[in-house]
Amino acid sequence: MSIFSTKKSWINLTIWVLIIAFIIAAPSLLPVFRLNLLGRYLSLAIVALGVDLIWGFTGMLSLGQGIFFALGGYCAAMFLQLNSAGEFPNGIPEFFGLYGVEKLPFFWEPFKSSIFTLISIWLLPAIIAGLLGYLVFRNRIKGVYFSILTQAALLVFFNFFNGQQKLINGTNGLKTDVTQLFGQMVGSEIMQRWFFWISAVLVILAWFFARWIVRDRFGNVLIGIRDDEARVRFTGYNPVIFKTIIFSIAGGLAGISGALYTVQSGIVSPQFMTVPFSIEMVIWVAVGGRGTLLGAILGAVLINYAKSLVSEALPASWMFIQGGLFILVVTALPEGVLGWIRKDGPKKLLFLIGINKKLETYPSLEVNEQGEVKS
Amino acid sequence: MQLIFESLFNGVAIGSVLLVAALGLAIVFGLMGVINLAHGELMMLGAYSTYITQLIFKQVSFLKPFYDSYVIVAIGIAFLVSGTVGILLERTVIRRLYGSPLETLLATWGVSLILQQFVRSVPLAYGSGLVITLFFGLFAPLFISDDLLQGAKGKLIRASTWGFSALLGVATGGILSSLVSKLSRASARNVDVTAPSWMRGGIDFVGITFPKTRLLIILITLISVLVVIFFLDKTAWGMRIRAVTQNRSMSDCLGISTETVDIITFGIGSGLAGVAGVAVSLLGSVGPNVGGNYIVGCFMVVVLGGVGNLLGTILASFSIGIMTDLIGAGRLLTIWPEMPSPLYSTIDFFATTSMARVMIFALIVIFLQFRPTGMFPQKGRMVES
Repeated sequence: MSIFSTKKSWINLTIWVLIIAFIIAAPSLLPVFRLNLLGRYLSLAIVALGVDLIWGFTGMLSLGQGIFFALGGYCAAMFLQLNSAGEFPNGIPEFFGLYGVEKLPFFWEPFKSSIFTLISIWLLPAIIAGLLGYLVFRNRIKGVYFSILTQAALLVFFNFFNGQQKLINGTNGLKTDVTQLFGQMVGSEIMQRWFFWISAVLVILAWFFARWIVRDRFGNVLIGIRDDEARVRFTGYNPVIFKTIIFSIAGGLAGISGALYTVQSGIVSPQFMTVPFSIEMVIWVAVGGRGTLLGAILGAVLINYAKSLVSEALPASWMFIQGGLFILVVTALPEGVLGWIRKDGPKKLLFLIGINKKLETYPSLEVNEQGEVKS
Repeated sequence: MQLIFESLFNGVAIGSVLLVAALGLAIVFGLMGVINLAHGELMMLGAYSTYITQLIFKQVSFLKPFYDSYVIVAIGIAFLVSGTVGILLERTVIRRLYGSPLETLLATWGVSLILQQFVRSVPLAYGSGLVITLFFGLFAPLFISDDLLQGAKGKLIRASTWGFSALLGVATGGILSSLVSKLSRASARNVDVTAPSWMRGGIDFVGITFPKTRLLIILITLISVLVVIFFLDKTAWGMRIRAVTQNRSMSDCLGISTETVDIITFGIGSGLAGVAGVAVSLLGSVGPNVGGNYIVGCFMVVVLGGVGNLLGTILASFSIGIMTDLIGAGRLLTIWPEMPSPLYSTIDFFATTSMARVMIFALIVIFLQFRPTGMFPQKGRMVES
């Protein structure tokens, strides 16, 4: 039996070929500005995958993913700043001069190494998420309390980064678009093209990774925790371990996402840790479909694209649309768009309007155009 | 001694703003299990109501002699405005989501976005007209006898009350926008509420000056808390609310209309947000984002105090207030100047407003490690409570 023997695998193969062809060809199809936007939104899809893992599959609504997102961004930005700081006095980034700092703060030192940076981009957020998560989960804090606590943690980090000019340039953030990497400006067109490709590949890898996690027994335990945590505990599993692991995985994904977003938007600042941004991440997943990995990716990319298009045309109306989307999705489409489609939502809608005839059979059978049962 | 007294007063002042803001939230969250992220925006509506009341008192000739008392009128108006919007919110969105707090969190966040943008892009005069329409439309059926509201004729009467309210709203909008030119254009800019003359300055007592606005806010808070406690403990509806809190289905079986209880609870909680908005408007300028600055602090108060416990809410807000003042203003350093140097430098590091928030939120997170359900947890025998 070859895997190409069924119709479904042929469709899958075609879709993959189309996706890869689009990724390779996108830089020549899209104008630079749009390509940059698409690259950014693809990197946001990675953090959305993390949110989907912890919220859609494990049932923990974190409103603090911005912490890990920004941490990843800061790691990348610190490395880039140091990498091109040679020309400035004392060999340290320029902004330090504004505050009269002459010696590099100690925690900047390791970011001179590119390998350390590449590891810390995902490991540092993952460790912090793991620590934070362990402390919270150990005390069986969950549900709403978990959400509020993560939001408080977000504010702690925001205020800290916002207030520390002398350590990380405070509210101004760290710029990356004028820094150097491989002898090129990070903001230059060719670098941005590479970042787009890296983002696209990483989204696909992250998707495979997330799918691998939720497919196995591990994923089943996660869903068990979402649906009835006490029962999982009585069955002999320790939910704390599972929740901590998945929370730190989501943190790591957020870090990668933040680093990619930073290099493509040209700056990392405490604005990445504001409350609205972290809630937006949740709504991408909610609209796309919680518990469906593809929904998280599509939600992140499409909503952000819609946001930029609408804000260009009618700046004031995006808030109304976004607010309405929140209310609509929560009240009418709790499974999200993809979940709705998978649960036969369109068919039901057609029945409701009266276009399709409903058969009084159970289990439900497929109907052809004449209303006869397909064999 | 004087220093400690001053610090205490400042702490109580900060805490009372938090308390009046968190009071409504504590009721809604504690009694209904609804996370209302639009609470901050309901506060904002209260603050804008104060602003509009002030302008009306300034412009309308027969109200001018009473200008000094506009703040007191504004408290009532703000309560009604926020309460009306809150009840609309409950009727349209939240009632579909009872029992799933995380969903209410997301939906109310959407509502808060819409309210913010509404204030930015709709002229305040017509905004108040809309609120008046809602007010009469929602409350008029309560004053019409039930017999009239039955059947086909009832539908007609309901529709006509809404039509009448809409006319009233449009009229109000038109009159307001022609009377007060500042209200006739939409603006995203912050506005300022000027305190009447009797509230400016301070009172000197044992060598310390107490600003009068702060004293007034403490007074507003005190009265709100007392009224809420009285309402919950002594009135029939208060008793019903407590009953529904303890056991919803049993209360339903015993003939308590849980639906009405939900409306009343949410209305009062939202109205209190409006009162908090009046207090906030006296402290600084009023803008579409004014509520967002308070919402997380309010939630921390509720969680720290223990859900569904007013005493906990009171204690939590005052302790957060006093801590904010002690850490943020660096008062520990002035009280105890010769402390060991590593401690000194640590405390000095946190002696700014934003770093004080870092410290306090971190302390709360640590506190919740030992008491995960706050100072006064709810008692229950459920596995999941």
